[in-house]
Formats: sequence, structure tokens, C-alpha cells
Amino acid sequence: MRFNFIALIGLSGLIASGQVWAGPGIKHWQTQQGARVYYVNTPSLPMIDVRVIFDAGSARDGQQQGVAALTSALFDTGAGAWNADAIAERFESVGAVFSSSVSEDNAWLSLRTLSDKTMAATAIETFDAVLSKPTFGAADFEREKTRMLAGLKHREESPGAIARIAFQKALYGDHPYAHPEEGFIDTVSAIQVSDIQRFYDNHYIANNAVVVIVGDIAEDPARELAQSLVSHLKTGHKPEDIPQVTLPKQASAQHIAFPSSQTHVLVGLPGKHRKDPDYFPLYVGNHILGGGALVSRLFEEVREKRGLAYSASSQFSPMYREGPFAISLQTRNDQTKQALAVVDETLQTFIDHGPEEAELTAAKNNIIGGFALRTDTNAKLLEYVSMIGFYQQPLDYLDTFPSKVAAVTAADVQKAFKARIRQDLMQTITVGGE
Amino acid sequence: MNQISKILPIALSVLASPAIGAAEDGATVHEHVLGNGLKLLVKEDHRSPVVVSQVWYKVGSTYEPGGITGISHMLEHMMFKGTKNYPAGEFSRIVAENGGQENAFTGTDYTAYFQTLEKSRLEISFKLEADRMRYLDLKAEELEKEREVVTEERRMRTDDRPRAKMQEHFNAVAFTNSPYQNPIIGWPSDIAHYTIADLNDWYQRWYAPNNATLVVVGDIDTRQVVELAEKYFAPLTPSQITPVKPQSEVDQLGTRKLTVKAPAKLPYVLMGYKAPALTTPGAEADVYALEVLAGILDGGNGARLTSRLIRGQEIAVSAGASYDMGSRLPYLFMLEATPSQGKSVFDLEYALKHEVQTLQSELVDDNELNRVKAQVVAHDVYQKDSNFFQAMELGLLETIGVGWKKSEDYVARIRQVTAEQVRDVARKYLIDDHLTVAYLDPQPIPTTATPRKSSGGRHAF
Repeated sequence: MRFNFIALIGLSGLIASGQVWAGPGIKHWQTQQGARVYYVNTPSLPMIDVRVIFDAGSARDGQQQGVAALTSALFDTGAGAWNADAIAERFESVGAVFSSSVSEDNAWLSLRTLSDKTMAATAIETFDAVLSKPTFGAADFEREKTRMLAGLKHREESPGAIARIAFQKALYGDHPYAHPEEGFIDTVSAIQVSDIQRFYDNHYIANNAVVVIVGDIAEDPARELAQSLVSHLKTGHKPEDIPQVTLPKQASAQHIAFPSSQTHVLVGLPGKHRKDPDYFPLYVGNHILGGGALVSRLFEEVREKRGLAYSASSQFSPMYREGPFAISLQTRNDQTKQALAVVDETLQTFIDHGPEEAELTAAKNNIIGGFALRTDTNAKLLEYVSMIGFYQQPLDYLDTFPSKVAAVTAADVQKAFKARIRQDLMQTITVGGE
Repeated sequence: MNQISKILPIALSVLASPAIGAAEDGATVHEHVLGNGLKLLVKEDHRSPVVVSQVWYKVGSTYEPGGITGISHMLEHMMFKGTKNYPAGEFSRIVAENGGQENAFTGTDYTAYFQTLEKSRLEISFKLEADRMRYLDLKAEELEKEREVVTEERRMRTDDRPRAKMQEHFNAVAFTNSPYQNPIIGWPSDIAHYTIADLNDWYQRWYAPNNATLVVVGDIDTRQVVELAEKYFAPLTPSQITPVKPQSEVDQLGTRKLTVKAPAKLPYVLMGYKAPALTTPGAEADVYALEVLAGILDGGNGARLTSRLIRGQEIAVSAGASYDMGSRLPYLFMLEATPSQGKSVFDLEYALKHEVQTLQSELVDDNELNRVKAQVVAHDVYQKDSNFFQAMELGLLETIGVGWKKSEDYVARIRQVTAEQVRDVARKYLIDDHLTVAYLDPQPIPTTATPRKSSGGRHAF
């Protein structure tokens, strides 16, 4: 059965905000072809998750914005001798679930299967073919491209999506992070099937792969599985490093008129990267400012005190380079100025004075006391191990996370926010009616 | 089905019914009823040192009379606005300080509150939930602010989303007298006119231990949970609960059609046939067959709608079917699709009806049937990855009135479904006279950008 409901806040924060984990050890090794493998044995449920991640995200699109996403969308439309129907039949007849997706930094293929030997064998054989022998047939390409273009048109119905696109552009200018993963109508229209094959050949290579295995599978079979998956991939040249992000030269504000009853507001600038020296002060500080789901300064000032919005939050999205820091809210059109003023003042007060000791303690208690919730499912574990593997974080990253949170002082937070969240460079996007 | 369901953090495919059944590890559900009528369901799951606690009330939008639609949801918001013992904000502050995550949700047939916590903190949840079950302190000035929040929520979820708006109009046309004709969040003029007395009446009428189910799943000891529940919830006094009137939908006497015009870029068609639910007397076997039928049409990339309409004929860029057996009153079997360039909503309506006719005239083959069943068996395992969804299912089944034990039958009942039954339910329920069709007619979206570069930071706003 489905669940039809509306939540007080929206449940996304429930699983998306997690950052930490103290749990069973992650095993790590490298295959002969240079792929990095990360493995966690969780035998309590008879299922296995496998994910193969590549440095093949939208930051690798070049001028062909959307090519990474379109490549990803084509994997299960044809592989080896199998067409889309055959692939689907093979996965679904054993209850396996295949998915593929891209972010700015990476692209991945995922498989969830029962660990039953016969079923897992069918699922993995199919996954292997989809990963290493995709056919990128002309007819499949044209159809998926058409569907993607329809999705891009659909995107134009959403003031929130329009705001995010303008925001990324304002923050990143000409940097590869500046465009949305799925590209634009004109850039996707220009992509040819040969571009897909070329993108795949250049990026989906063994020495550019990270394999993550979580579930009911012993270490030896996991080693064989990882080895076998990457052995069918070619090796090649890893792409150049994603260039450094340069901060915007000055603050700017842009309004896009849209026939909606609410104005979508985004305020921010390039924030922090995955190995940022200010990672923890910014993480803890943001939890107090606007990261905590029902308890934060922005939530209190914008929603609880003034009823200006349903959701009001701030977040860092750390990436290989500085991912966005974004304050977001939606409010009735005629309240936009007032809401922006509240955001401005809340942020300025936070930067000028830092957090209060009691707030800092409460935030740490929340993060550390709820530590176990962050990876209480295989699904969440898979996400964290993938992050650790792709960004080459230390294997004890999660084990040391709580102590790093505990060590943050109010002065650290204030200093980091003052240095990094520069009001003189802040980018503001508003999309909505007058 | 509802656009709102798309906010769920974990994708529930049509077949991802979170049926639990008796787990392989022997985990069973323990039921305990307190003297005041509160029902406690406990399921031990020791995979992680965490616990989820949910309080489900038997009240939701289908309980609401005209004029105050959405009041269950409004009350859900007000439940965070303080009691005599814990002033506004204290509840959430205490949960957060204890490392907890919390929220609440309102549906057509339920209102539920939850906390997820490290396992030793369960007592915090019981203490706070027991308090607000009977001692909410409803204040007029808090209502005024929260009404604005809910109005913003409505704008965000419905008013500015063409397909959500269409769904709302669709339900209002599909149902003549069933309360499913009203949106969960309420009609705008109703939201604008709740009084504090309305909220108080609603709270007094439905928030009582004998109208609630407490569900706890996680790394806990059942006996200790029972003791804790007795300690905090047993002192609460029960209420006289007057059952809601049946409001049985009158028979539909022919196809209904509507058009919704909204600023949009893509046309879209939504179709719904009246269908029974688990709660419908005598329809249980049909309900499982309809669930399988939904899987035949839309149970993954190999299912008929994707294979035939998106690939194959290439007339749709998206297409789906959905069926919700877990409602208190009969709801709908839904079909939806977005046409490809050059195709119309009418082409798709025709194609979707053709798929229905095929199901009525030809038996599905064993491969298809087995595929659906294999997915159900597998998803039954996958769902156990999450305590939260295990608790959700127990709470939902109990609250809609069929009892949590139904969860144990799910996989076996699906396995029993035959090709003949699938054909027969298609013939019985997917009939034109019980069909409502809505078309989204896209209107132009004028957009203009006005960049305002500025150099003085603070004045950028």
C-alpha cells in the first residue's frame, strides 16, 4: 500500500541530513585495474547492494551539457544481446532493482538484489552487462533524448527549479558546476549518439571506478564480484581535476518573474568542499543557523515567529570543489522583501556574534546523540560508504566524526562563518510573481 | 494516489507494499492494550541501536465535515505549539537535544506523530507524546501564525503545482459524496476560517488514548516498552469516541471528464476507476488481484505501460498506474500519462483504455505474473531495511480498521492471485461508467529575468 500524507516539514530531512556513522569496519582494497573497492558485511537481511561509481558527473559535460545524464539514462535500454525488455525481465523476475544516476561530481549504477545464490547470479550477470556492454542503440538514444527534453520542458513549470538553475549560474559562472545535471533544451538537442559512446568510453573506465558492496555477502565472494565487474571495463586516462572554484566578484540579486503565488528565494555562495579545513565548524554552525529540521534560527525567525514560510533552511552541499551554501525559503509574493530582510538579519547576527554556548551544546547533543540514526539501514550505509570511497575519505571518517563535532567551539564557528559566508559576495535569486 | 505521496523519502513502487509478515528472524509483533484503550504494538528489530516510536490517531481528512476541511492537518501543526507542561517549542527542543528526529504527517484516514531516537532515549518520546495527547494548550495567537504557515504550505504543495492542482480538482469531480472529494490540506477558504474553538473541539473529539495506536519498532525489549507505556500513557483518561458517519459514495452512473487549465509546459492525463480497499466488505480477494494488476501495468521497467507506451509505441514520455489498498473507504485505481511530442492526451487516454481492455479480454501470462510475485517477495525483504516503514505499515493497518495482522498475510495473498482473478477484477472494476478522466490543458508561462547587480553586499537584498 502507499502512504498518502502531508508531513509537517516534509520527510526528506529524515534521511538526507545524515553525516555520521559509527559502525562495522569498512574494508577497502584496489583491483588490478586500479578500481577502489569498499565493502561492508551486513548479514542480518538476505540482500546485497552493489554500486559502481565513476568520475563521470555533469562536471564532465564540457559544452555538451546533459551528456553525462543522458548516458546514465541509457544503460538499461540495451546491453550485449539484450534489449530493454530483456534487461527488465532479467532484473525483475528475480526481484532485483537497478538504477543509475548522476550528480555534479559523479555517476553511478546501483543494484539491489536478494542474496539467494541463483537470484543474485542472474541479477549480477545482468548488472555486469549493463555496466560493461551497453549498446547505446540509435532508436533507444532518440527515445530517451526525447524523454529527457520533455523532462526539461516540464522543469520550466517549476519556479523552484528555475530558481535553482539561476542560483547555480550565479554562484559558478563558467565553472563546470554552473549548469544543471540534466543540461538545457538546446544543449541536449545537439547531442548525438556518438557523443554518448565517446563519453562512456572516456569516463566509464576501470581505473576511474569505485565499487561499493554492502550486504549479506562474505568477503571472498565480494572480492570476486568486484574483480569481475571491473575486469570487463577498459582502462584509460583519468580526467583532469575539476578546476578550482573562484568566488563571485560581487554580490548580486536577480529576480525572475513567474506566474506563481509564492516567490522562491535562494541566497548563498560557493560554500565548502569535501576535505575542507573548515568542514566541522561550518557543519555544526549551519546546524544551528538553518540545518536542524525543526530547531534552527532560520526556522524560528522565518516560520515560528512570523509565519512567513512553510520551510526555511540553510545547507552546505559539500562536493569535490566548493559546493553551494544555500539559504532557501518560499513565501507569498508580497512578503518576499520582509522574508529577505529576516534572512539577512538572522545571518548577519549569526556571523557577528556566533552561536550561544547553549545552542552549540544543544546542536552537538543532537548530532552526536542521534549518531546511530544516521546509518541504521543498508540503504543509508551504502550512501555513506559511497561518499567515503568516491572522495577518498579516511576509512575511520565516520568513527572520528563525533569527536570532531565535539571539538568545535563557538569561536571556531564564528571565525569560519565570517571567513566563508561573505555577505559582500552573496548571490540572491527570487522567482515568483510581483 | 496523490502528488503528495511523491515527497516520501523512500520510493515506494507500486509493488513496494511494505508488508512485513513474520520475519525470518522470528521477530513478531507484540500487542498490548492499556486499561484506557490505548493499543500498543511493539516489534523488536535488533539490527541497529535505534528505535522509532509513532503515535497514530484515528482521524484525518475523511473525518472532516464541510467548512473545516483540513482541520486535522491544522491540528497536527498546532500539536507542536505547546502544552501546559511544555510551552511552545519545548517539545522539539527536547527531542533535538536528545539526538532525536521527529515529524508528523496527516493523511486521509490518520494523523501520526513520530520520533526516531537512539534506543535508550525512548522514554523521552513517551513522556512528551503522552503529555500532548491530553494537555495541548491551544492559543489563538499561535493559530494565527500557524495558519499562515499552512497557507504557505498549500501554495507550495498545490497552488503553484499544475499536476497537484489537477489532482485536487480531479478528486472533487470523481467523488460525489465521499470525503475523498476534499484535499488533505483543506480548501483555501476553510483554512482561512478555522477558529481556536474549532481546533479545540477537534482535539477534544479525537485525541484520546482509546482512539490512538502506539507503535514501537527497534532495538528494544518488549517488556520494558510495555512498562514504559503503562507508566506514561495509562494515567490518561479515555474519551467517549463517536464514530464518524459512513458517507458511502453513491454509485457513479457514467464517465466523468474535466479539464484543468494551468500555467504549464506539458499536457497530462489522469484517469481513475472506483475501486475497493482492504476495508471493503467482501472485496479482499479482489483487492490483492488489483494490486497484482497494478504491478502488471506499472511494476518496473518491464511492466506493460513502460514497455508498450513509452518504448514500443513511443506515445508517452511517462506513464503509470497506482492502486492503494490501504484506505478506510473505497478509493480509486489510477492511470496517468504524459504524451510524447505530437501526441495528445486523447491518444493516451485511448492507449491506456486499450491496455485495460487487453487485461479484460486476455489472461496475463505466467512470466508476467511470476515477475510481479517475485518483486513482491523481494520488496518484502527490502522493506525490512527500515524500522520506520515497518512501523508505518502496522500503524496504518490498525488505524484504517483492518488490524495490523493483515500485514502478515500480504505476501501469501499476493502469491495466490491467479491470471483469471486479474482478468476478472479488470472486468469488474475498470469500467467506463466508473471512470473519471482529467486533462491538463497547459497555459503559457511568461517569464522574464531582471538581473540587478549590486556591489554593496548588505544591500543586495
